[in-house]
Amino acid sequence: MLSRRIIPCLDVRDGQVVKGVRFRDHVVMGEIVELALRYRDEGADELVFYDITASPQGRSVDRGWVEKVARAIDIPFCVAGGIRSVDEARAVLHAGADKISVNSPALERPELIDELAAAFGVQCVVVGIDSLRDADGEWRVRQYTGDPAKTRALPRRTLDWVVEVQQRGAGEIVLNCMGSDGVRGGYDLEQLKAVRAICHVPLVASGGAGAPEHFRDAFVEADVDGALAASVFHSGAIAIPELKRYLRECNVTVRL
Amino acid sequence: MGVVLVDAGGTNIGSVRYALQRLGVDAALTADAATIRVADKVILPGVGAAGPGMARLRELGLVEVLRSLEQPVLGVCLGMQLLCAHSEEGDTACLGVIDAPVRRFVEAPGLRVPQTGWNGLSVQRDHPLLAGLDDGEQAYFVHSYAVPVGDWTLATADYGGAFSAVVACGNFHGMQFHPERSAAVGAKLLKNFLEL
Repeated sequence: MLSRRIIPCLDVRDGQVVKGVRFRDHVVMGEIVELALRYRDEGADELVFYDITASPQGRSVDRGWVEKVARAIDIPFCVAGGIRSVDEARAVLHAGADKISVNSPALERPELIDELAAAFGVQCVVVGIDSLRDADGEWRVRQYTGDPAKTRALPRRTLDWVVEVQQRGAGEIVLNCMGSDGVRGGYDLEQLKAVRAICHVPLVASGGAGAPEHFRDAFVEADVDGALAASVFHSGAIAIPELKRYLRECNVTVRL
Repeated sequence: MGVVLVDAGGTNIGSVRYALQRLGVDAALTADAATIRVADKVILPGVGAAGPGMARLRELGLVEVLRSLEQPVLGVCLGMQLLCAHSEEGDTACLGVIDAPVRRFVEAPGLRVPQTGWNGLSVQRDHPLLAGLDDGEQAYFVHSYAVPVGDWTLATADYGGAFSAVVACGNFHGMQFHPERSAAVGAKLLKNFLEL
């Protein structure tokens, strides 16, 4: 049986791990390799590093820390942040990342997903989607969310984009539900279920985890493959070993 | 002379090399036939697709070199699939040193392809490669194609049915998961290979 994955997310800015509330007002949480090792020791199944300043600034992710992380840890990790070409993705993968995640650049030029899948195989290609419900009730995607001043609301419906990225070669989708991010009120189960119904590749929930029950709900009710969280892990509010023991008691398959 | 990693363009070569370094072994990266022939142990890593993987080995002139090796060889992920006879991925003839087919997972409700994540290993056969491995210990998999269970199978995992997680045929061995990314379990199995 495949285990459901617990995935701490480390937002990286200027070489340090930061976390904001609703994607704003970032505060420094710690040093990258140190936090990566801590989460490995606690039983994280995978790590995601988002260079949140890379896309708005129009530059690619700084790779010095990617190799340091790859040397230090023995669990898989994914790197996101301004990857705009096959060459940039190759550099990150060769530095030791297991997967690369694209978000804003895929919205700029959707063919990027096809190119990455052709070059490295779909298993390396994660598409991150930042999604927010608009006043008319539709979920639509947001771009450049790392910088509130540059964040753009796009006319593209989230559910349409989920279908398209799979056709183009996404091997996994991380759905960042911005409406629930950072406020610890639980994952956006309604949106996750709607996406799950049309998502045939692994789906990772992001945004809103505040209690162990929220993880259980995402796995049991929305049937997601992984659950990503940042602040509750960084702050120590939820310890991963206890979270996993709780999930196992709830009959969720996990790696202990 | 030591352990070599066959540099056939796979993107996980760095990760495998770092995993070996954590075990105190500095493996050389090489695509040189003479270096590979005289190595004590040969590891064929791989991430990507079977067709381009075999094309790259042909370009490098390594197909016959790898087939004729007599020292312990380990294929990891795509590297394991390349040791097999044939892959459905791109209808590709592979090295054929393990007489097994490679087939695509069939999508089903609740069965996402690629399989991505940690899955439990079930030991089928005693083998030094699996020394100290307990049933149910988990390893990290990322793949859309898999080797069915057969004479070559040392350990299985279950994803919509059992498939081969660890294989061996003579001096050729394969791990479908990524030992370099499978925490303590992966380190144990890599160490076992180094001690074969």
